[in-house]
Amino acid sequence: MTEATRLRSRHMVNNVMLGLTGLFTIIIAGALLFILGYLFINGARNLDFAFFTQLPKPTGETGGGMANAIVGSAKILGMATAIGVPIGFLGGVYLAEYGNKSFAFAVRYLTDLLNGVPSIVIGIFAFTLVVLKAKHFSAFAGGMALGLMMIPISVRSTEEFLRAVPNGLREGALALGTPKWRALATVVIPAAKDGIITGIMLNLARVAGETAPLLFTSLNNRFWSPGINQPTSTLPVMIYTYALSPYDDWHRQAWAAGFVLLMLILTINVSARMILSRSRYSGGR
Amino acid sequence: MSIPMEAHERTPETRVPRASPPMNDPAARATQIADATPAPNVAPAPAALFAAGVGEKMRATDLNFFYGKAQALYNISIRIPTNHVTAFIGPSGCGKSTFLRTLNRMCDTVKGTRVEGDVQLDGEDVFGLDVTSVRRRVGMVFQRSNPFPKSIFDNVAYGLRVNGGLSRAEVAERVERSLVRSALWDEVKHKLHESAYGLSGGQQQRLCIARALAVDPEVLLLDEPCSALDPISTSKIEELLLTLADSCTIVIVTHNMQQAARVSDYTGFFLMGKLVEFDKTEQIFQAPSRKETEDYVTGRFG
Repeated sequence: MTEATRLRSRHMVNNVMLGLTGLFTIIIAGALLFILGYLFINGARNLDFAFFTQLPKPTGETGGGMANAIVGSAKILGMATAIGVPIGFLGGVYLAEYGNKSFAFAVRYLTDLLNGVPSIVIGIFAFTLVVLKAKHFSAFAGGMALGLMMIPISVRSTEEFLRAVPNGLREGALALGTPKWRALATVVIPAAKDGIITGIMLNLARVAGETAPLLFTSLNNRFWSPGINQPTSTLPVMIYTYALSPYDDWHRQAWAAGFVLLMLILTINVSARMILSRSRYSGGR
Repeated sequence: MSIPMEAHERTPETRVPRASPPMNDPAARATQIADATPAPNVAPAPAALFAAGVGEKMRATDLNFFYGKAQALYNISIRIPTNHVTAFIGPSGCGKSTFLRTLNRMCDTVKGTRVEGDVQLDGEDVFGLDVTSVRRRVGMVFQRSNPFPKSIFDNVAYGLRVNGGLSRAEVAERVERSLVRSALWDEVKHKLHESAYGLSGGQQQRLCIARALAVDPEVLLLDEPCSALDPISTSKIEELLLTLADSCTIVIVTHNMQQAARVSDYTGFFLMGKLVEFDKTEQIFQAPSRKETEDYVTGRFG
């Protein structure tokens, strides 16, 4: 093979591979846009004001909404945050600032394992721990399941963002005779605040769409469920139930619910990114 | 250790001639340093080195420091004069910054380190005192300016608020006084509540000095405070150090020998973890008693 042909074949291979990477990038982006567009068309078309304000109508009647599922989802996500974030946050602070090497390594490994546990298994755990003990399904059991799922990412994101704080800030505070806990609370954690909040929001967005662990913890409810001790309706479980039903009207409502859920998650995601991009260490007052 | 001890026992007036004959072989010099036998564990002699009326603020006696198994400081014995500027010079990695960090126990923050020997602040054992009170009395300014992500005012007020016990008016008054002392007040008085990150590098470093001064430290340690600054900012900080020395004991580590010559009253030369020589600054730069010091200050190495 002459030098010229070798060079030409190399150029050809290069062009083919470059073309392939571009093609698959377009396929990925296209798939995402297709899902978004399909959901938008089907969801937005079926969305009406009643969706946000009314309870589901009895089987056979058309109309009604999912107001109870929206409130139920908010309630369960609120509980999940209240359970998962403080535990994860404090654990992350410990790992980043105090933990000795081998112990921190073990904890980090375990949180990664916990993060990999299938969500349905987390559901079984909450079912056994809360539902079987209380002998009824409840919003609390659902919040607990989702809260458990939030712990590993809370730990790791808190730890990562604390580690990203320049050591000079810690030293600066300690050199003024500040006790370590106080330097953490008043300098280091505030410097990492935006990142930690972003982590929590992304975490929340991730569990907001979880269905499996809710199926047998918070179950579902066609009515309002006051308090945290009753079976409670949530958007993901409503989508699951309605999509599997034989009624066209329910299918339409499932599309609408899917659209609302997606918008909720997108909003959380986008605002999280905005908080983070709003300059990491410079805006602080 | 014999070398610095020897320096302590001399008065500037009765200088002994150069201690060691000039040696041109660097390997032989290194061996000589390495082989220097530790002196018996006695406290440094009374203030013969210092001029009359100059007290002793801090003192290290036979200080050894280890990072894990690696020894970074060997038998450092030195006395730091009250309300004067003391400079430490020496090539990179010679231990001068490590030694500085033992004076306010910032060395504690690095895991796996160990200290042997004694550091005293006004005759009290620094390692026996509560670490936060040591650091309140011995402030520190770092190589890279490290203002907190807070307003200029809150940066300077930080140490005051940690200590507590001051009214808002008192805090405001101390903040102003510290900014005036660090020669920053005129540049920032109209924007005290803006982020400290809006300041230039030199201003940020003076802000860090103001922050350290706000708690009225007895000693101020500066670890190469000008190494990242332009000449104008550097000269501002040097002027500042000269005025601060009226009311505060200053210890500065610097790579820049001209800086040591300009700002300090006393200079210590570190080499390979040892304090080779400690004397009045003009003595170190004009007639050092050790060959290594002379080689270093005349630019023959380092």
